[in-house]
Amino acid sequence: MLYNYYPGCTLSTKAKALDQAARACAAKLGFPLVELPEWQCCGAVYPLAPDAIAERLGAARALISARDKGGVLVTLCSACHHVLKRVNDDLARDEEIRNKVNAYLEVKEPYQGETKVLHFLEVLRDQVGFAKLAQLVTHPLTGRKIGAYYGCMLLRPSKVLAFDDPENPQLLENFLQALGATPVRYGMRNECCTGYMAVTNPGLCKQMVGEILRSARDEEAQALITACPLCRYNLVANAAPEQKVPVYYFTELLAQALGLQTEAAPVQAGGEG
Amino acid sequence: MVDKVQEQVEALRRLAHTPLQDCIQCGRCSAGCPVAFKMDLLPHRVVWELAQGNLETLLKATAPWQCVSCFACQNRCPRGVSPAAVMEALRLTAIRQQGANKYDAAQLEHFDPELPQQALVAVFRKFNK
Amino acid sequence: MQKIGVFVCWCGSNIATTVDVAQVVAAVKTIPNVAFAADYKYMCSEGGQELIHKAVQDYQLDRIVVCSCSPRMHEATFRNCAEQVGINPYLVEIANIREQCSWIIKDRAQATAKAIQLAKAAIAKVRFNTPLTPGESKVVKRALVIGGGIAGIQAALDIAEAGYKVDIVERQPAIGGRMAQLDKTFPTLDCSACILTPKMMDAANHPNIKLYTYSEVEAVSGFVGNFEVKIRQKARSVDAKRCTGCGICTEKCPSRKTSSEFELGLKTRGAIYIPFSQALPKVPVIDREHCLKFQTGKCGICSKVCPAECIDYTQQDEIITEHYGAIVAATGFDLLPLDKFGEYGYQDSPDVITSLEFERLTNATGPTEGHLVCPSTGKEPKSVIIVSCVGSRDTSGRGKTYCSKICCMYNAKQAMYIREKYPQIDVTVFYIDVRTPGKAFDEFYRRAVEEFNVHYIKGQVGKVLKDARGGLTVFASDLLSDKHLMLHADMVILATAVKPAAGARKLATMLTASMDNDDFFTEAHPKLRPVESPTAGIFLAGMCQGPKDIPETVSQAGAAAVKVVGLLAKDKLRTNPCVAHCQENICSGCLACEKVCPYGAITAETKTVINLAGVKEQRTVAVVNQTLCQGCGACTVACPAAAMDLKGFSNQEILAEVDALC
Repeated sequence: MLYNYYPGCTLSTKAKALDQAARACAAKLGFPLVELPEWQCCGAVYPLAPDAIAERLGAARALISARDKGGVLVTLCSACHHVLKRVNDDLARDEEIRNKVNAYLEVKEPYQGETKVLHFLEVLRDQVGFAKLAQLVTHPLTGRKIGAYYGCMLLRPSKVLAFDDPENPQLLENFLQALGATPVRYGMRNECCTGYMAVTNPGLCKQMVGEILRSARDEEAQALITACPLCRYNLVANAAPEQKVPVYYFTELLAQALGLQTEAAPVQAGGEG
Repeated sequence: MVDKVQEQVEALRRLAHTPLQDCIQCGRCSAGCPVAFKMDLLPHRVVWELAQGNLETLLKATAPWQCVSCFACQNRCPRGVSPAAVMEALRLTAIRQQGANKYDAAQLEHFDPELPQQALVAVFRKFNK
Repeated sequence: MQKIGVFVCWCGSNIATTVDVAQVVAAVKTIPNVAFAADYKYMCSEGGQELIHKAVQDYQLDRIVVCSCSPRMHEATFRNCAEQVGINPYLVEIANIREQCSWIIKDRAQATAKAIQLAKAAIAKVRFNTPLTPGESKVVKRALVIGGGIAGIQAALDIAEAGYKVDIVERQPAIGGRMAQLDKTFPTLDCSACILTPKMMDAANHPNIKLYTYSEVEAVSGFVGNFEVKIRQKARSVDAKRCTGCGICTEKCPSRKTSSEFELGLKTRGAIYIPFSQALPKVPVIDREHCLKFQTGKCGICSKVCPAECIDYTQQDEIITEHYGAIVAATGFDLLPLDKFGEYGYQDSPDVITSLEFERLTNATGPTEGHLVCPSTGKEPKSVIIVSCVGSRDTSGRGKTYCSKICCMYNAKQAMYIREKYPQIDVTVFYIDVRTPGKAFDEFYRRAVEEFNVHYIKGQVGKVLKDARGGLTVFASDLLSDKHLMLHADMVILATAVKPAAGARKLATMLTASMDNDDFFTEAHPKLRPVESPTAGIFLAGMCQGPKDIPETVSQAGAAAVKVVGLLAKDKLRTNPCVAHCQENICSGCLACEKVCPYGAITAETKTVINLAGVKEQRTVAVVNQTLCQGCGACTVACPAAAMDLKGFSNQEILAEVDALC
């Protein structure tokens, strides 16, 4: 199977650590990622209005291109995952959107949502399997108490994304377990970090990040992992000094556990306490 | 005049594209909204006012600019209604007017260089046209 | 020559508004053999029936077609009407020009044309109808009640009191059901055990009632008046006849880690256990999955300590076959599992509980002996939040679309209970609507607010978080003050949606009783036949038919019992003569019919038959037992040679109908 890969804008710039570790791990785990040529930005937010056609085209181009190359599209960034899956769902279900997008892009063979969009974590869970992954771990993260931070874009709306139980997700905890770490469940792990409010309303963002970190620290998490560059940025840059914990991309810990060397992430904050 | 209001209400409903009449006003959306404490019109009210066609109340509200589109409201709604979609409809109705952009690009100069691209793209999608 | 009378009903305005009845009469009059046709405002009324009688006499009619409502409504009426003037009831045909015509077509010309078509088809069929005579079948004077909760117990007691034998099958080791788990009952706040235990005793001791506990219905065959039921009595590993119920075995059992089903996991029990203190029968059962003796071969302590020597590790399940004239389904309810509602923190905090768990926590026989404490700390809570409608009124696919009906009342009950016993505890109820229709119900709810100072907030809870102080943070909305709330609570009670008990669908399939999409048994008519299943001989009581409280359940159980008694009081039932028969000269003996017959009514027999060539020969043919056959017609479509035919719906009759339409 060809694993077409959609890195998205942030992974090519500010979140190279997320990207590079992922490529190295995927190669090692037997699903090498092949970057989709000439991909465009997905738009970062899903255009909710049914008449927002132009805003769907970036994602649609990627989906069509992947359809023509075997039909699988893997992504890593939570926002890209969210937008790609939802636009794909629109193209499969909404006749008006489908017709307009196909007409605009002058697609020879009309696209109807055939591409299977997978988050990297879904490939790990469903195709590699966490039992198999655990066997491949050479440097287990034994003794490390790590909380998974899902945020919103991986999980919701669950009917379309079908990633995991939106209110009681398990995927990242099972992932951490496979790496030998001790997963820490905490109540705020599926609440929003306020995302782009970091730009327009930093006060609000700091407050919400404070709630998330308090919840994680109450359950004694020593570090957090996430799949989203913006979540990671907020949890680090908008954390109160007394609440700071290291926040890693999940692929960084995966690379570590598999014994792979990758470039360190740019935003760093303190050691695990 | 009345017709014009009705027309705008209908346009909003088309943009929101969610079954307003299915709402039973339980308030679960507002209860679980992470930014509800900042909102002048709570998510359940946004749905209610659009169902009632109270255009003035809706256009006055600043809540859409606090909404972060995290979809907690939509996912927890027991009736399959999306308050998030109504918020988006209100934002679009505002910014699709001439010169109604909500975010001044000049401000970006003062921002943290570490800020991920996705945040900037999102802001321009949500606040500007 | 046949003389057919056609009677077109207006059904007041129901038919006549959209169908031009005069035109229908005029059209059918031109059809050969139609000797008389007329319309009338209400054909089912006395006047309408007199009109039919008079026409039969005046025109010597021998067959009747009534164009009216659905045969489900008035076929029996017109068959009786015909019989009174000497026409065999099976020479009556109904053309349904109401449900299948006037109610669904708006255009008058179209509706009239369709009514004429339907009338023509019925006339075509009635020409080939043959007189039929119903047979008789005996009624077994014994009833079966499936489920030993309050519904089943009440139904069984009422049937037994009327003088009939009745068996109760209960899959748990003891009768009592959900009501046995409750602390107090609304609206009068009597102690649940105080009013239930005497009924359990009455049922256990009644000479007409036999209890099969720790038993399940395994198979059902037969039909109204004579069902054959196989009951699996699971091995208790205890000789129930010798056991005195002393309970020493349950105290000495070294395996103590199994969570108690009766205590909803709030307490553990031994591998040999009696589910609760007032259990009936008071006979323990060994849970073999958790018993050391069964799992490792070692132990056997219960057997050593039993003074009556009644522990029997070799006991086997027993299959009992019994015959019943009628069956009552009273299988009760479960709570909706909360695994899809992670935001309420039920999986994360032991202090988030369901309302049923709360009943155990306040029950004097429960895990805390009735002291209300937080399961996490063992300390009394300072504040309690009750959340209504958890999983009810939910069309999103996560929960149930219906209102669970009992929650508003038990929320008020539980809130009042806390405030009365612990006035220092603050109680808040979040609600969407407070629904309290019922005698003294709204007054009961208002008492919670007015006398007991329970805070009722219109709004819902969005998220419950464990907080560092050991309590719970509750995010909620107050819709009347238009506020978002962040509250602290020590305990959260979730008023969780009810759903039919597990296994209800499997049972319904065995009973050939119909169910709705939520797996509630459906009633024969929602208003006029609320305690009967559409399947003859099957009756319904309690939650298995829909959400209901104890007063309603008891009423329904009593009503179901009356229906059962009415059936058992008959010595014989008239059987439906519209059954299958085999045209032996065509039958090839392939027995495809035998395989599809759900009633086991078809057998193979070797007979001397005259084949199609007119030659006598000896061969295997299918034979229909006319008493067992229920006339479903499955065999007639399975038969490759069309040798199987259904009386009253013969191939010839059906084809004539089709021909008239095409």
